[in-house]
Amino acid sequence: MHIMEGFLPIEHAVGWSVAAAPFVAWGIRSVNHRIRENPEQRMLLGVAAAFTFVLSALKLPSVTGSCSHPTGTGLGAVLFGPAAMAPIGAVVLLFQALLLAHGGLTTLGANIFSMAVVGPFAAYGIFHLARRLRASLAVSIFLAASLADLLTYVTTSVQLAWAFPDPAGGFTTSFLKFAGIFAVTQIPLAVSEGLLTVVIFNALARFNAQELRDMGVAPDAKGLA
Amino acid sequence: MKRYPNLILLALVALLSALPLWLVERPEGGDIFGGADNQAQALIGQIAPDYAPWFQPLLEPASGEIASLLFALQAAMGAGFIGYYLGCARTREKLRREQAEAADRNTAAKDTRAD
Repeated sequence: MHIMEGFLPIEHAVGWSVAAAPFVAWGIRSVNHRIRENPEQRMLLGVAAAFTFVLSALKLPSVTGSCSHPTGTGLGAVLFGPAAMAPIGAVVLLFQALLLAHGGLTTLGANIFSMAVVGPFAAYGIFHLARRLRASLAVSIFLAASLADLLTYVTTSVQLAWAFPDPAGGFTTSFLKFAGIFAVTQIPLAVSEGLLTVVIFNALARFNAQELRDMGVAPDAKGLA
Repeated sequence: MKRYPNLILLALVALLSALPLWLVERPEGGDIFGGADNQAQALIGQIAPDYAPWFQPLLEPASGEIASLLFALQAAMGAGFIGYYLGCARTREKLRREQAEAADRNTAAKDTRAD
């Protein structure tokens, strides 16, 4: 769930927009560059975007008795690098803000920062760390996608706690309260997102082994053979 | 056999999504499984009772039904594209393999004739 329209004080709204903008610009550059060099990867980029579209439309029930949705940014970050997901996430968030009154234009910057910057960068870092520690491809993908999902909502909690510190306990108390809503609800959903990302990655590794090998993501993908 | 891991993973996701429906008790007279963002909105109201949102959504879905229509549309577009791509990729991989096998057979046939 994203921060609702109008629910960040104006200076926070502007600040997060300024913080998110360079990442979106960097992402557009990096995506353009990659598509120029490897036009055959255009469709795969579409898959990464489509995956985010699907997952962020699925509102799932959680053990806390409320609903939230996954983000789907881990897959694209692992395939195309962390910056590529910033513009893609921005498109998804804009769609939901304009048509669904979910999230908002004034909170777009903050929501881009949590979902399309922190999430993908976390996914990218965790994936490569796990691979370096010799975790299997599936385990690395799972950890990257699920922790990116969780950290997105931890970021949302930080953003709200910063804007609305508790009158008695300040930032920390407020953060724990918001995290109790967002992050705890997100734990089973993050696991689901990790599992779903492994599923789609398995399918890609079967039918697009050559591309994944070329991209250096799955050097040992064998495909159908 | 290769399909099994994915089926198991999908079953796990279904289980994870369905279990809360049994595990969580409906609070007395309260709503259950509302959006986490509505809870956050209520919490902001507790922490900063004086805060008033300074901007309203430009367009709001006319009802819950319309909202679910748009969410379903969003998911359908994404899933449709992924399905199309996987179908293309699968066929391409199959043709590639058949071609390679046919080429293998040809060279094998030539080899026997040469002997």
